[in-house]
Amino acid sequence: MQYLVSVIDSTAGLATDEEMAAINEFNDRLQAEGHWVFAGGLGAPASATVIDNRGEEAMFSDGPFVESKEHLAGLWIWEAPDLDVALRLAAEGSRACNRKLEVRPFLTPFE
Amino acid sequence: MSDPHEAITRAHREEWARVVASLTRRFGDLDVAEEAAAEAFATAIERWPADGVPPNPGAWLTTTASHKAIDRIRRESKREDKHKEAQVRYDDPAGPGVPRGAIDDERLRLIFTCAHPALAMQARVALTLRMVGGLTAAEIGRAFLVREDSMTRRITRAKVKIKEARIPYRVPEADELPARVSGVLAVLYLVFNEGYLSTSPDADPVRAELTAEAIRLTRLIRELLPQDGEVAGLLALMLLIEARRPARVSPGGELVTLDEQDRGAWDAALIAEGHRLVRERLATGAAPGRYQVLAAINAVHTSARTMEETDWSQVVALYDQLVRLDPSPIVALNRAIAIAELDGPEVALAAVDRLVEPLAGYHSFHATRADLLRRLGRNRDARAAYALAIELAGNTAEVAALARRRDL
Repeated sequence: MQYLVSVIDSTAGLATDEEMAAINEFNDRLQAEGHWVFAGGLGAPASATVIDNRGEEAMFSDGPFVESKEHLAGLWIWEAPDLDVALRLAAEGSRACNRKLEVRPFLTPFE
Repeated sequence: MSDPHEAITRAHREEWARVVASLTRRFGDLDVAEEAAAEAFATAIERWPADGVPPNPGAWLTTTASHKAIDRIRRESKREDKHKEAQVRYDDPAGPGVPRGAIDDERLRLIFTCAHPALAMQARVALTLRMVGGLTAAEIGRAFLVREDSMTRRITRAKVKIKEARIPYRVPEADELPARVSGVLAVLYLVFNEGYLSTSPDADPVRAELTAEAIRLTRLIRELLPQDGEVAGLLALMLLIEARRPARVSPGGELVTLDEQDRGAWDAALIAEGHRLVRERLATGAAPGRYQVLAAINAVHTSARTMEETDWSQVVALYDQLVRLDPSPIVALNRAIAIAELDGPEVALAAVDRLVEPLAGYHSFHATRADLLRRLGRNRDARAAYALAIELAGNTAEVAALARRRDL
């Protein structure tokens, strides 16, 4: 079972050195315990471009599709047997990266 | 057990949660479990009058429900090419991946799943009442002042989340139990309340099977967490309220309020046990939570030989403490009822009238107002308030009691 773990940021800056150290340590553990699938930090919302090619020609627009105080700053994909395990990891992850996390399951129709 | 209809009603009361729990364990899916359980009861309604009541109704229902669930999974398998899954689950009655938790009780496992903290509180309660208590969405809706269709949606959403996010079907391990218990206590208290004052006009006014089930499960949790003050508090609270149940409905089917109850009919053993728990908590000196304060209030009531001998100033002081822990309008309403005994109906009415906005749709608000108005001799206003209370009350015995007081 895989979970998308979104890092929700309400600050403008990148992670501090201390936060990065805690995240690295946490990531090492995720890998050692077999939960790690993928992780990555994202550029600022202002670096986003939205593409809409549902009409006659592709439209490109500058910036994120939604302006909000909180934004997606990065993500993990975790492998976990159930939500309780994912939530326990998320509680530790939130502390490590000092951000709010959202845990959301991938759809698994043939699990 | 000769009357099949009575047997079905009884089986629904006693076996619903067990059937749902055992199917959830086997098939790992609340939806499958619930629908199959409902189908099994529907089949019982068809068959039992013709074939006779089976010697073990619970086993018959579980077996029938299992067959229904397998049929359903096979039907879906054909559609979605999931033959393998159905086969695996058919071959492994324990169901896949079900580690045993700290307590080996199917229904408790079902409760911890339905009361999972990743679900909104109202969804937890609704799901527990549906899956464990066997109540309909309409009954649950009445209990929480929401419409049946929105209650159905809430339950469906919760089940989808359990399935999609894979909330496990298990009792938490010992180290994670305390954090998970408070949500379960809230759910059990609401189940107890639904039993003590049923909100449905189609159900018995007092559903002893629900109060008994809530008490049984709270006892189980207490065995596991004997040091948890709120677990002890909730158990004491339930016991002290349950003790008054024999005096609560008159032979004529009317709800009897505290002031008119025959206190000789109260269950002395339950009161003694409740008082013991309250004293035990007081002796720890730890700051009490909401259930412990509520238990203490009920300990004061059950210590008095009459309504007049009740230590009302202590009751009000405890309500003051409760308001700080739980500043809800319903607590404020109950505090006002105690104020009426201490400071008179006029002071209480002023306090009650301030609650009109949040509680205008709540029958007890109008019933309380009506009683206070009657005591103040404002009979016309009282009749109007009784009429509103009667309109909103779902409990048949309560409606009868309100109608009598209206016509006094």
